Amino acid sequence: MHEQSRDRQPTDHRQAPQPGTIIDKIWREHLIAANGGQGLVAIDRIFLHERTGSIALKSLRERNRAVCDAAQVFCTIDHIVDTRTGRSDETQVPNGRDFIVQTRAAARDAGIRLFDVHDPDQGIVHVISPELGLALPGLTIVCPDSHTCTQGAVGALAWGIGSTEAEHALATGTLGAKKPQSLRVHFDGRLASCVGAKDLSLVLISRYGAAGGRGKAIEFAGSSVRALGMEARLTLCNMATEFAAFTAIIAPDDTTFEYLANRRYAPRAAQWDRAVAHWQSLPSDPDAVFDAEIHIDANDVEPMVTWGTSPQHAVAVSGPVPDEIAAGTGREAYRRAINYMGVMPGVPMTTLRIDAAFIGSCTNGRIADLRAAARVLEGRRVARGVRAICVPGSSDLKRKAEAEGLDKIFKAAGFEWRESGCSLCFYAGGEDLGLGKRVISSTNRNFEGRQGPGTRTHIASPATVAASAVSGHIADVRSFEQFRPCEF
Amino acid sequence: MQTFITLTAVAAPLIRDNIDTDTIIPSREIKTVSKQGLAQGLFAGWRYLQSSSRAPDPAFVLNDPAYAEAAILIAGNNFGCGSSREHAVWALGEYGIRAILAISFAPIFFDNCINNGLLPATLSATAIQEIAASLGSTRKDRRLTVDLPRCSVSGAFGSATFAIENQARARLLGGLDAIDVTLQSAAAIESFRRVDRERRPLVYLGDVT
Repeated sequence: MHEQSRDRQPTDHRQAPQPGTIIDKIWREHLIAANGGQGLVAIDRIFLHERTGSIALKSLRERNRAVCDAAQVFCTIDHIVDTRTGRSDETQVPNGRDFIVQTRAAARDAGIRLFDVHDPDQGIVHVISPELGLALPGLTIVCPDSHTCTQGAVGALAWGIGSTEAEHALATGTLGAKKPQSLRVHFDGRLASCVGAKDLSLVLISRYGAAGGRGKAIEFAGSSVRALGMEARLTLCNMATEFAAFTAIIAPDDTTFEYLANRRYAPRAAQWDRAVAHWQSLPSDPDAVFDAEIHIDANDVEPMVTWGTSPQHAVAVSGPVPDEIAAGTGREAYRRAINYMGVMPGVPMTTLRIDAAFIGSCTNGRIADLRAAARVLEGRRVARGVRAICVPGSSDLKRKAEAEGLDKIFKAAGFEWRESGCSLCFYAGGEDLGLGKRVISSTNRNFEGRQGPGTRTHIASPATVAASAVSGHIADVRSFEQFRPCEF
Repeated sequence: MQTFITLTAVAAPLIRDNIDTDTIIPSREIKTVSKQGLAQGLFAGWRYLQSSSRAPDPAFVLNDPAYAEAAILIAGNNFGCGSSREHAVWALGEYGIRAILAISFAPIFFDNCINNGLLPATLSATAIQEIAASLGSTRKDRRLTVDLPRCSVSGAFGSATFAIENQARARLLGGLDAIDVTLQSAAAIESFRRVDRERRPLVYLGDVT
């Protein structure tokens, strides 16, 4: 992000505008003023949650600043709210209740719509935003949460910010930002059975490193991306922050429009038609120039799983833990990762026994994810000694899953079936998965201590998590395929 | 906001790639809705022997008495990746860290530093290795001088220039409040929104349609 962006603004407005990327087009539409490389950009939607939004609202009030337009701000209780049945404001996180109560009071005082603990629309911010039609193509969306890039899957420019920047966006309806460099990542080819968006993202990050997309606005493109459903697209964009990207976006198309039509906050009737006409103009022009391009052949992608403590520490599930050279992560980081994870180079990933399995999060806690896992779990049981937990990403999709009977499949298999929230994706001082315990998880981060002090996290797709839970060790979901092909 | 001009202080090496904000401050250490009271939680997973106690781990660099007064960190690639939590920067600041020299920074963490008067300075991998190697056995050797107007860092190793984008540098030097600066453009924002309301009514959910 320290490099100079190429200036591609049209200089003569009498001529047709220069070809632009989807990022150029959305940027131009939101640029209020430009000062050198720095722009003042209009922000269309601001999301907050109780973990980082609470302090932004509190600090804003202490500085006697008002919220610019509360109708464009939304808040949810997702991060530390209890996900066990019969929950309340009490949480197992030390002082967790304060975060919930203070967020509620601050949202009320500011006139911000809050999706509270018992609201039927409560859920993880990046899950409910598209579900409610709050994230729309062409919008700028910010949230003090790194996974805000998820929402780029609908064709929005959505990025994570800190609390101070959230205060700025709340107070002014704008943010000062430098236009990010652009990177187009093409995934072309037909995905093999049991391979999904999570596997694509882990291939990208393992190949180019956790800093490989640093500061870039990424457009995911190519035939494999076009063929993905909306929920898989949300997964792909979600992982862009693990690639150190500014954000990720996928051009809106019929899949997007079909997904968004009739959502609660989506435009209707004539406004919808007008919106779609505009959205159809957003995709990158054929001759648009990106600052960088990456091509990945998706035909050969296998189910992936992490072995270490960075999302770049990922390998095909059929392979072994890499040695130091193959890992390419530097001696110090490699040794620390191997020690922390309790793994040895050369050991096949599928021989690692697991203690727990977790399905949920803004990465892979959507209905398509639960369906993919349920297809593996149906008629099977979680292996003895494995604790298995499923946490739907929103209250709404939890009800949908229950209407389809997915909860029964999870429960019959031995999974805990929970209320929606971020839950065990991260440890905040409350529930954890145990010192030295090995967990297969459909989440996004395998950092040291992420799911509890000393907990060893392997991240993978929901299907791989389900297959591993049943097997009692990290498993190749393709070995289940002969019984039941999995498509997602 | 605190300005940053120059700093002469002890520097501590933490040369490892991808040091994430969960490591800088684990979520369990964020106990109140506040920007304060976070220094004790800084690097808690590395700094203490157990998560349940505050017994220092002698192997961790900031627990070495020679680095007790460190106000500069020397780091590797992608420092501050992961969660957007600004608590990572607040914890570093409260502990006494004023500048971080690294090969690269994660974008949100970088902006959070600028918004809190902490200098994130980018240097080549070679320069970082050279500086880290030069941090000798006496306290004098461990001191570096960071000069933001000159974009230079100097010490026992000699001197090197660092990179930081102009806008970020100006913010640190001036210490201006970003909201105040933006509100100077209130008229431009208002006129943008007036036109935009007609052009993109779907954005303005507060308008009766």
